[in-house]
Order: sequence, then C-alpha cells, then structure tokens
Amino acid sequence: MIITALAASTPPVIPNYGGPPGGKHGCIAQNGTFCWDWVKGHWGDILQPRLLEHLELTAIAVGIGFAIAFAAALLAHRKRWFETPFGAFSAFLYTIPSLALFQLLVPFTGLTMLTIEIGLVGYTLLILFRNILAGLRGVPEEVLEAAQGMGLTRLQVLLRVELPLALPAISAGIRIAVVTTISLATVAAYITPLGLGQPIFNGLQTDFTTEFVATGALAVALAICADSALVAAQWAFTPWVRARRAT
Amino acid sequence: MAPGHGPVDSLEMGSDGKRAESSAAEIVFRGVTKRYPGRSAAAVDNLSLRIPAGEICVLVGPSGGGKTTAMKMVNRLIEITEGDILMDGQSVRSLEVIELRRRIGYVIQHVGLFPHMSIADNIATVPRLLGWSKARIHARVRELLELVGLDPVHDPDRYPRQLSGGQQQRVGLARAMAADPAVMLMDEPFGALDPITRERLQQEFLRLHAEIRKTVIFVTHDIDEAIKMGDRIAILREGGILAQYDTPDAILANPADEFVARFVGADRSLKRLSLKRLSDIELLAVPNGDNSTYPTVAASTTLRDALALMLEEGSRELAVVDEGKVRGLCSVEHVAALLAPERQQQE
Repeated sequence: MIITALAASTPPVIPNYGGPPGGKHGCIAQNGTFCWDWVKGHWGDILQPRLLEHLELTAIAVGIGFAIAFAAALLAHRKRWFETPFGAFSAFLYTIPSLALFQLLVPFTGLTMLTIEIGLVGYTLLILFRNILAGLRGVPEEVLEAAQGMGLTRLQVLLRVELPLALPAISAGIRIAVVTTISLATVAAYITPLGLGQPIFNGLQTDFTTEFVATGALAVALAICADSALVAAQWAFTPWVRARRAT
Repeated sequence: MAPGHGPVDSLEMGSDGKRAESSAAEIVFRGVTKRYPGRSAAAVDNLSLRIPAGEICVLVGPSGGGKTTAMKMVNRLIEITEGDILMDGQSVRSLEVIELRRRIGYVIQHVGLFPHMSIADNIATVPRLLGWSKARIHARVRELLELVGLDPVHDPDRYPRQLSGGQQQRVGLARAMAADPAVMLMDEPFGALDPITRERLQQEFLRLHAEIRKTVIFVTHDIDEAIKMGDRIAILREGGILAQYDTPDAILANPADEFVARFVGADRSLKRLSLKRLSDIELLAVPNGDNSTYPTVAASTTLRDALALMLEEGSRELAVVDEGKVRGLCSVEHVAALLAPERQQQE
C-alpha cells in the first residue's frame, strides 16, 4: 500500500526498457493493465533468466532440505527419542516469519544466495521430516516381521521394503515442499535480486502492472508444472498403488 | 537386483538340489527358557522336545502359553535366555542370524506379503538374497506357484492386493518355501481365513507336506487344527510349561492331566475317531455275502463321519466301498471297540 501511495505522489514512471515494442501508441507506451508486448519483449532478458534462477533456488532448497530431513527421519525411525527435538526444531523454524528470518540471517551470511537458501531449507524441514517419518512408520507390522523373518538385513529391509512403501508419503511431502518453496522464494528477492521475486518487486515499485502480473503468473505456472511432474513421477514409481483390488 | 549369471552361479545350479531331493532337519529344544527382563514368570519354561526331521509339530495351548515365543526362538526373532535349540545337531545360537533365517521358511497369520512387489518378486525374495541366477529363480517361481495351486501364467505379475486372502496365504507359503528351507515355521498361518478357505488350505498343506516333507513347527490355539495338522502335538500351558508332547491319537487317548483333558475337550473320543479312516481298520466280513441291505460308504471316510452316517441312516452297519467294490462291514460296536482300551484305563 505504501508503495502505491508513494508512486501516486510522484509522476508516473513508465519503464522504457530500450523502447517499447508496439510503438508510441502501443500498450506499454499507454501503460495498459496487461501488455503481451512487454511479456514477449522481455521473455529473453527478464522472465526466462529469472524463471531459471527461481527453479535453481527451489531445487537447491528442496534438495538440501530433503537430505537433512531424510537423515533426521531415518534417525528418528530408529531412535524414537530423536523425533521430539528435531520435530520441535523444525516446527520452530517453520513459524518464523520469512522476511524476519532472512533479515536475521543477513548479519551472518550477508546479502547472498546462501542467506536465501538457509531460509528456504529451514521451511522445508518440517514438511519433509514429518512426511518421511510417517511414510516409514506406516509400513505394516506384519510386512516388517516377514522381512525380518526371511533374513533381510536392516539395510535390506530399509532399501527394499520400508523406503518403497514410504514412497507415496515421501512424494506427498516433496510436493508440498516444492510448491511452498516456489511461492516463498519470491520473497527472497528482498535480500538479493534472484528469481521471480525480483521482477515482482520491480513491478511493485512502478505504475506498470504487467511486469508483476506476468511474473506472478509465471510463478504460479511453475508451481503447477512442478507439482504435476511430481505426481507423474510418483505414478510411474508406484505401480502397486493403482493395481486394482481383488473383488 | 539379482547378481548376474556368473560361472560360479551356474556351477551351483548343477549341484544344488531340486525339490525331490529337498532336505529336512531335526529340531531339538534342549531346556529352552525365555525370560523377559522385568518379569519374574518365564514366557517359556525349560522346554525340551525333539521334532524328527520331516514331521509337523504343532505347538498349541491357551494364550500366554508361550507357543509363538517358543517358535520364534528357532529363527531367533526372539533370543533364547537359557538352553539351546539344535537344528540337525547345530545350535541356532552358533549360526549367523541372517544366514539362519534364510535357511528357515517363515509363514505368519497376516501373511506379510510385500505390497509393492509382484507375486513373482515376493516369492523370489530369498533366492535373490542368496544370489540365484535369473533363470533359476524364474523356474522356481513357476514351480512353486503350481505347487500351491496358483496360476503360473497370470499370477506372477499381479500384486498382493489383487489376490484374495486365501490366495495371499498360498503366496506366503510359496515364498517361505522358495529357497528350499530345511525347516518351516508357521505362526497361525490359516487363522485369518474364513472356515471354508481355511479347511481347504489345511488339506492342501497336508498334501503338499506329504510331497516336500519339511520339518514344520506350526503354532495354533485351535486344538482341532492341531489334531488335524500335527504328526505330534506339544500342548503348552500358562507360563510356557510343556503339559504333554505326543501324537494326536496318544494325547486324545491318554491326556496327561486334567489341564490337557479339559483343553482337548470332552468330545476327545469323537476327535480320535476323526483321525482314523475306514481304510485303516479291519472290517467285518459281510454275512452271507449279501450287502444290498446296508448303506454304503467310501473307504476314505473317517470313523467319525461313518458314525454320523450310521446315526443318520438309522443303521448299525455300513458297507465300506473302495474302488467300486464292497470291502466289508463296519458296525457301531466295531467303532466303539476301537475306543475301548481308553475306557478300561479310565476305570
């Protein structure tokens, strides 16, 4: 609100990124609500690079978050006492407002990508930890007893029985983590100009609406595509889930 | 997943046995005791018994009798506190636990098939762990499916949830037998099935056992199932104490004490009759060679069912038929005489 109020008090700034496509009387020159011309004209120099950065931010955050949460969940699966402290720790991280967390980290890690990734990873931990652990614990008792009785080692039980059966729950966790991280990563541009957050912040500081509307739509599209890809991957890896039951 | 077809593997294939040569091991419990920490009473108390190779020994008793505990000490899912269990003279405690378990087939009440693996992969679990070749595993899976009465063409690629409860337990049996174990442990394997499926699987398992001759330790709380399945029955009472260990007939004829007599039931004479078939007993000659007046009965009928038929038909005699010919007569007095020694002992 403050931003728009400020913008209203000064003369309108119509960005002229090297001359608007569409000419003097085009959508951009007239500051239309949404200009396709701008989207087409800046796909190559703004939208696409930011989209790839965003994807990278998300992939790194979920990747590292998964590695940490996976290790923690395995430990909590073996040693029950570990669940409470790690669960509390990750829940605590999850409750910190994102802007505040980024700001808190700046004195230690500066205005860098590292700051952003630490924050984003922190937010994935709770979701991933809970889902992986729930998946591992959801393996039926009799299945484990049979596996043990047949002479599978602990590692074999984990790799051949527990993890495959936990896959649907794990994949549900990854889906939530990916979608929330894609959304959250837009805030990160507040710290350092990376990802789709950057054109959104840019757009908010001007009267020109197309930039943040287009970028926002792109972030939503990215989230939907990523989620669909994960659904497809899970479908491919868990054929037993869709096998029809005996009648 | 399975290691390739190396030369070592193919050598193994030639020397390793087929089903017909499968081995069975003698099991000896020697003063086996299980005490859980923090509990004064033992779960299994100084249990000693010998199970000859190739026989089915049923552990039966009320809950709290320690029958499942006793069974699980064989494959060391539960560790022995005192005493020892010998498999063909070798202590199970001296073997590496993973190797020991791979040599023992294990079947449980709720089957525990791996829901994410096809039927074929479920059955192939232990052979894969043992590094069998793909071809050998494939052949073994088909052989086992046929053995347990499943379709070796369509069933291997299905998932466990696509099978009925009875079919799942057939797969459970096939999986337990996959690597040709010398011993099989079965923990109430038919307990979760409906009575008709249960009866059929019991019959089929007995037929199967006659063929494969494994040493089987079979746990149940159902005395009728114990009598039907067991070559020998070990009755355990509360506190894991062995009340009696003998053949079903001997236990029914001479229960060791009041507890066993109550456990086997007041109708133990009738139960004894169900252990014998008409073909097992000496029949009476047909008077004057005229058998047209007697109701006929197949020689494979149990004495119990024959007795029921006599009551139904209101006839004191039945003509026993085998392969289309009358073999002789069976009468009420005749059946009663078979139980007589027991009656004399009681008086």
